[in-house]
Amino acid sequence: MNQQAVSGSGLDRKPEPLKLRSRPLAATLILIGGLIVLALGIAVSVSFGAADIKLSVVWTAIFHFNPDITEHQIIRELRLPRVLGGVMVGASFAVAGAIMQGMTRNPLADSGLMGINAGAGFALAVCFAFFPAVPFMYLILYSFLGAGAGAGIVYGIGSLAKGGLTPARLVLAGAALSALLTALSEGIALYFRIGQDLAFWYAGGLAGTKWIQLQVMSPWVIATILGAVALSRSITMLSLGEDVARGLGQRTGLVKLAGTLIVLILAGASVAIVGAVGFVGLIIPHLTRYLVGVDYRWIIPCSAVLGALLVVAADLSARMINPPHETPVGAIIALIGVPFFLYLARKERREL
Amino acid sequence: MQSVKNPFSEEARLRKGLTVISVLAVLIVVMFIISVNTGYIRLTPQELLHTMLGRGTEKQELILFQFRLPRIVISLLIGAALAVSGAVMQGVFRNDLADPGILGINSGAGLMVMLLVSFYPTTSAAPVYLLPVIAFAGAAGTAALIYSLAYKRHEGIAPVRLLLTGVAVAAGMSAAMIVLTLRLDPEKYQFVATWLAGSIWGTSWKFVLTLLPWVVILLPYVFYKARVMNVLHLGEQTATGLGADVKREQFRLLAAAVGLAASSVAVSGGIGFVGLVGPHLARRLVGPKHQLMLPVSALLGALLVMAADTIGRWILQPSEVPTGIVVAVIGAPYFLYLLARAKS
Repeated sequence: MNQQAVSGSGLDRKPEPLKLRSRPLAATLILIGGLIVLALGIAVSVSFGAADIKLSVVWTAIFHFNPDITEHQIIRELRLPRVLGGVMVGASFAVAGAIMQGMTRNPLADSGLMGINAGAGFALAVCFAFFPAVPFMYLILYSFLGAGAGAGIVYGIGSLAKGGLTPARLVLAGAALSALLTALSEGIALYFRIGQDLAFWYAGGLAGTKWIQLQVMSPWVIATILGAVALSRSITMLSLGEDVARGLGQRTGLVKLAGTLIVLILAGASVAIVGAVGFVGLIIPHLTRYLVGVDYRWIIPCSAVLGALLVVAADLSARMINPPHETPVGAIIALIGVPFFLYLARKERREL
Repeated sequence: MQSVKNPFSEEARLRKGLTVISVLAVLIVVMFIISVNTGYIRLTPQELLHTMLGRGTEKQELILFQFRLPRIVISLLIGAALAVSGAVMQGVFRNDLADPGILGINSGAGLMVMLLVSFYPTTSAAPVYLLPVIAFAGAAGTAALIYSLAYKRHEGIAPVRLLLTGVAVAAGMSAAMIVLTLRLDPEKYQFVATWLAGSIWGTSWKFVLTLLPWVVILLPYVFYKARVMNVLHLGEQTATGLGADVKREQFRLLAAAVGLAASSVAVSGGIGFVGLVGPHLARRLVGPKHQLMLPVSALLGALLVMAADTIGRWILQPSEVPTGIVVAVIGAPYFLYLLARAKS
């Protein structure tokens, strides 16, 4: 294995003191400003849609709920879970991506690389082909199990080898397993002619988000994001390279296991709810690093806020573009994200 | 593998490389014989030999020369082309995950094919002979777009920038394809999905002839550049220090890789895994030096795609499984097994 192909950016980095490349002030501003904008986004998202509802009505619907009013029903049962789902999913993907990129020092890494998306997709393909009558809630459960199995296999194979789990191995095992599971899903889809049904599910959409999903997911997601923040200092060390981290006295194996678990829970739950909008996990960490520097203590919380913002904005656009039809939210995220990412790529300052 | 006294000596490495190359060559010949025999109509080795020597029946000749041979030749060519293309990308970007897909080859070709199909009322009305042209144009056009987006006036191209730009553009194209997917009628969708999964459908000598010049010119060119690639692998600053014109070499190599990948995509759709895994396996077998690694990659890729194509024809007779799917299904587990066994 050629070690240098792994060194992320693949450029000969000059070591600089971390302080110089971290911008706490910018990060604090992003956190505060981002949360304010996010709150506004949530409000707008709840009041706009196929039926426009005044913000005052939104307020009463949330705090003085009256089940006899249709608008209150729409907000309570459709729009609110949807936008909260968007917040959760966006934050989850972004944090998972940030951890993956930090752990593997590979700028292309995101949660999709852990075999999570492919595992979920494969589980869905099997469900659609062999048990077409499976109820919706079970689909979500199975896709989560598929995601978990995918990540478990990747992690297991990476750890089996002598020398343990290196970031390079994790990334390669993830890519190989994803290719395998995607191919199997494609085969099943072609044979049973269910490709389009799968595509509908997989195009990503928050439309079906239910309170029950949020109830099941939110404690996990919140706990895991807090865990990620707690782990952030160790991730920063790992992002300097495994030898450096070990030299600083870190137990790298433990950190990588914890990081992988966090990624699995966040990405697995999110994929199960919205399908593949994984691009969030790739671009948001890059954007955040560009804004706040290389200290993961700032990158992780800021990624969460920015990821949530992106998905909420994309979901809002998905409903606004062609009402009452929905545009696939994954496509909108790419539409917003791609130009942004292109700009960032041009500005890339060779750090991870 | 026998253990040599000093496994790191140049001589030992060369000997091992030659062993690997001869073993692969033998495997390819064996696979070729099996492959010619596989299909709806069997040909015994004896009949095969007779037909080869021009003494077969008319039917045997037709099957062999008009259907099977061109297809097998194409599978060998694209396998070699994709693997070497991947090796170049991994070398230039110095990133393990780089493969031809990174420069948007597959997504660009796929998007164009999808657009072409969606413009016609039925798949049968769509001019199928246009597909390779369209696919090639999409692939090469996307690569050019990515390159120009990543180009900066006074710096030229930085590999990281190119990599990230490629990912971004590919993601944009995939999103466009998702939107199109949801609008296609089921029959067209099935056609496009089959194409995207990677099926070798160009099974005539005409396609072999369109593909051949690319491979015959570009493969030796890349092999000839093996030493340059070794130097590039040391990192940009080191390579510049050693007197390499890094920017220009990167551009030439990438252009060659794009040519190889785009011409392959044109006749076979999106066969993705070969370009990723071929070079890795080759490195496992003969080490990172490109003089050996590139030819071994080419042989491995050719073997993998030919075997996958054969299995795809045989497993669900008389219908076919797209080669790209089979490639991943046989290639990935083996690759995972290697990863699990590897010494770091």
